[in-house]
Amino acid sequence: MSDPTLLVEDLRTAFYTKAGVIRAVDGVSFQVGRGKILGLVGESGSGKSVTGFSIMGLVDPPGRIDGGRILFQGRNIVGLPEPEMRALRGSRLAMIFQDPMMTLNPVLRIDTQMIEAVKAHHPEVSDAEARARARDTLGQVGIPSPDERLKSYPHQFSGGMRQRVAIATALLNKPDLIIADEPTTALDVTIQGQILFEVQKLARQTGTALIWITHDLSVVASLADEVCVMYAGRVVEQGSVDDVLDHPTHPYTEGLLRSVPSANPRGQPLRQIPGMTPSLLRLPPGCAFRQRCERASAVCATAPEITVPVPGRRVRCFHPILATVPA
Amino acid sequence: MTVFIIRRLMQTAIVLVVMSMIVFVGVFAIGDPTAILISADSDMIERERAIAALGLDKPLWEQYLYFVGGAFRGDLGKSFVFNMPALQLILQRLPATLELAFAALVIAIFVGVPLGMYAGYRPESPVSKAIMAGSILGFSLPTFWVGLMMIMVFAVQLGWLPSTGRGHTATVFGVTTSLVTPDGLAHVLLPAVNLALLKLSLVCRLARAGMRENMLMDYVKFARAKGLTARRVVMVHVFKNILIPLVTVTGLELGNLIAFSVVTETVFAWPGMGKLIIDSINNLDRPVIVAYLLVTVSMFVFINLAVDILYSVLDPRVRLSEAKG
Amino acid sequence: MATVLPHEGVESAPVAPVETPWRRFAADFLESPLAVAGLVVLLLIVGIALVAPFISPQNPYDLNQLDIMDGNLPPGAKSAPGYIYWLGSDDQGRDMLSGIFYGLRISLGVGVSSAVLALAIGLTVGLFAAYAGGKVEGFLMRVVDIQLSFPAILVALILLAVLGEGTWKVIAALVTVQWAYYARTVRGTALVERRKEYIEAALCLGLSHRRVMFRHLLPNCLPPLIVVATVQVAHAIALEATLSFLGIGLPITSPSLGLLIANGFEYLLSGKYWISFFPGVALLVTIVSINLVGDQLRDVLNPRLQK
Repeated sequence: MSDPTLLVEDLRTAFYTKAGVIRAVDGVSFQVGRGKILGLVGESGSGKSVTGFSIMGLVDPPGRIDGGRILFQGRNIVGLPEPEMRALRGSRLAMIFQDPMMTLNPVLRIDTQMIEAVKAHHPEVSDAEARARARDTLGQVGIPSPDERLKSYPHQFSGGMRQRVAIATALLNKPDLIIADEPTTALDVTIQGQILFEVQKLARQTGTALIWITHDLSVVASLADEVCVMYAGRVVEQGSVDDVLDHPTHPYTEGLLRSVPSANPRGQPLRQIPGMTPSLLRLPPGCAFRQRCERASAVCATAPEITVPVPGRRVRCFHPILATVPA
Repeated sequence: MTVFIIRRLMQTAIVLVVMSMIVFVGVFAIGDPTAILISADSDMIERERAIAALGLDKPLWEQYLYFVGGAFRGDLGKSFVFNMPALQLILQRLPATLELAFAALVIAIFVGVPLGMYAGYRPESPVSKAIMAGSILGFSLPTFWVGLMMIMVFAVQLGWLPSTGRGHTATVFGVTTSLVTPDGLAHVLLPAVNLALLKLSLVCRLARAGMRENMLMDYVKFARAKGLTARRVVMVHVFKNILIPLVTVTGLELGNLIAFSVVTETVFAWPGMGKLIIDSINNLDRPVIVAYLLVTVSMFVFINLAVDILYSVLDPRVRLSEAKG
Repeated sequence: MATVLPHEGVESAPVAPVETPWRRFAADFLESPLAVAGLVVLLLIVGIALVAPFISPQNPYDLNQLDIMDGNLPPGAKSAPGYIYWLGSDDQGRDMLSGIFYGLRISLGVGVSSAVLALAIGLTVGLFAAYAGGKVEGFLMRVVDIQLSFPAILVALILLAVLGEGTWKVIAALVTVQWAYYARTVRGTALVERRKEYIEAALCLGLSHRRVMFRHLLPNCLPPLIVVATVQVAHAIALEATLSFLGIGLPITSPSLGLLIANGFEYLLSGKYWISFFPGVALLVTIVSINLVGDQLRDVLNPRLQK
C-alpha cells in the first residue's frame, strides 16, 4: 500500500465573523486508507462538519482554511484552484449531507439532478448513458423500480428514500472518498441500520474510503474501523474503534461513552457530562474540556499536546485514563 | 390540474360578484345614482323618464340585477364629457395603457432579475451594495416626482426625448402600438422607465432575497459537492427556486403596473385609461369611473387567476398536491 | 458561554455586560452606518415637522406675509422684506423652505395617523382571525387576500372617487389600503406562535382568552409588525403625496408636499425647477430615511437571518 486515500495534517479552518474569529478546526490530523471507514465523532460545534467541508473545498467566506495540508491520493488539495477542485468534487470526492429533506433540489426531478452529476465530470457521456448509470446506481442503493423513480420529484420520496437517492448521487462517479455528514441522524432507526449496512458493503466492495461524521457512538461502533473524537475544533482521541470504545483514555471520550443509555444500569438516572460545549468564540486557553473535566488540574490551563500512550493510540490530555488500557 | 383550474374559476366568479356588489353599493347606493347616471343639465321630465328607465324606483336587489344585466351587455352608461358609451371609451384607451405596462414590466424584469441575483450572489461586494442602495432609492422615490425630474432633465434640459403623448403608432398583427416605430419607442421610453422603477426595485430585491436564502440551502451545497460549476448551480438550481416567488410577484405586478400607470400617464400625458380616470374624476364623469372600476377589477381578478395557474405549473409541490386533492 | 463549575466560575467568568434582548437589538441595529444615518435624518425630520411654526422664516399660509411681487424667485434670491429665499419662492411669493417645513408636518401627520389607525384595525382583525380559527378566520383572510390583490392606488382611487375630497377622507382611504397588510402579518405570526407551547400553557392556567390574546400572543407578534409598520408609514406618505399630486388627495387648505410638487408642475417646463424639486427632495429624504430604518429593522428582527 502506498499513500492512504486521504491524509489530513494539522488542518486549520477559521471563520472570520464580525463577532470575532471562530477557529472551528484547529490543528486536526488523521488519515483514511482505501476501503477503510473513519468515524469522526463529536458534539455539534466540535468542528467535525467543517472538517468535512474543508476537505471538499466547500468552506465559504467568512470561513477559510488557514493552515495544514490535505493530501488526497498524495496530492495537496488545499488552495487548489477552483476548476481543479471542482473536477475532484463529485468525481473523486463525494459528500452526503445530514438532512435528506434539504439536500435534493425540490423543483428539479431526480433524473435531472443525477444526470447533471454525471455530465459535470463526463461531458462526453450521452444523456441516455447517464440515465442508465443513474438508474443502476439507484438500484444499487436499494431503490425499487428505479426507472419510474427517476422521473419523480424529491418530495415524492420518504426521508429514507431521499437519503438513498443522495447516496446514489454521491456514488455515481465511483468516488475514492465519501464524506458522510451525519447522513442517518434524521432517519428512523431501522432505516438507519439498513443504510449503514449498505454503505459499509459498498465501501468494502469498491475500495472507497469513507469518513462518517456523527455524534452517535453506537453508529461508529457498528460501522467504522478507526475513530477520531473531536472536541472544540481539536482531535482529542484517536485510535481503532475497538480500542477507543472499549478503553477510552480521554476523559471526554469516557464521558461520551458513559452517557450512552445502554451503558447505564437500568433504573438509574443517565450519567452526563456536566456543562455545555464551550463557545468557540470565547475559548478559554489551555485544554478546552478542562472546565467540564473531573480530572482537571492546574496544568490543564496550558494546552495539552498529542501523546501516544500505547502504539496506535493518540490522545490530547495531561491526565489520560490509562489504568484499564491493556499494554 | 383541471379540477384545480375549475375550482379557481369558481372562486374568481365569486370574487367578481362580490366586487360588482361593492362597486354597485359604493356608487349607486351610497352616492346619488341620479347624479351619477343622469347628466346634471337634464330637465325634470328627462330625469323622471331616466329614473323610470333605470328602474331607480325599484327595490335595491332588482336594481342590482339590472345593473349586472347592463354590465353583461356592455352597457355601463354614456360618458357626459365624450358623449359615447363609457365602456367603449375605456376599451379605446386600454391598448395604450397595456402597452406602457408591458414595456415597464419587461424593463423591470430584464434589468431587475440579473441585478438582484448578482447582489444576492455576492452580497459583500461594493457593486451589490450599490445595487441595494439603488433599490432602496427606487422604492422610496415617488413615481410622479421622478417622472417630473425625468421630464426636466431629458426633455427640458437635454431635449433628448419627448415628454408627452404616444408618438407614431403602427399596426402589427392587428395591434396598434407605438413599440414598433422609432418615434413611438422614443415616446414610450421615459414613461416606461418611470413606471418600471418601483417594480424594478421590487424584482431586484426579491431576486436578491431568493438568491441569498437559496444559496444557504443544503441543496446548493450538495449541488456544489457534485462538482457542478457555479454557473450551473446558480442558473439552474437556484434560479428555478427563485423563479416561483418571482413569477407570482411579477404576475401580480402587471396588474399593479396597470393601476400605477394612472400616475405615469398623468405626468407624461400618455393617452391611456389611467389619464382618462383622473380626468373623469376631476370632471365628475361618473359612468366612466364606474366603467373603469369594473374593467380594472375584472382584469385584476383574471390576472390573479392566471398567476395562480402559472404558479402551480412551476412548482411541482403545489401541482401534485392539488392534483391529489 | 460555557456553564462553568460553580466554584471556578466566580473567579474566571469574564465581566461582560449582560446581553439583554434590547441591548442586542440596539447593537445589531447600530451595526449598519447607513441605518444609523437614516435614523438620525428621520429624527431630524420629525423634529422639524414638530417645531415647523417656530423655525420657518415665514408662515407660508398667512397671506399678510406673502408678496406676489416675490413670486417665482430662484433659490438664494432676496425678498422685499429682506430675508433670503434659500430654496426660492413659488408663484405666490411663498418661501419654499417654509412651505416644505409646513408640508412635512401635514405629510407626516397624515402618514403616521393613518398607519396607526390601520395598525389598530389590522392587528385586532389579524389576532382575532388567528385566535378564532375555522370559518371566521377563513372569511377574514379571504377578505384580506382580495383586498391585497388590488393595488393600493386603485383602492384609494375607488374610495376617493366615491367619497370625494377631504383630509379625513384621504386618511380613511389610506387606512383602508393598509389595514390588510397588518392583519395578514399579525395573523401569520400569531398562527406560528399559537402552536407553541407557551400559549397552550397559558390556556391551561385558565387565563381568559382576551388576556392570552393580548398579553401572551401579541408581544410575540410584534417584531414583524414593527417592520411592516415602518414600511407602511413610508408607503402612506408616498401614496398621500401621489394622490395629492393627482388632485384627488388633500385639499388646497392642507398643502402637503405632494400638493407643493403639483403646484410646481406647470412651471417645470419653463425651467423654474425649484418649486417642484425641493419639496420632492424633502419627500424623498423622508421616505428614504424611513425605509433605511425599516430595512435594518427587518434584518435585525428576522430570525431566519440571525446566525
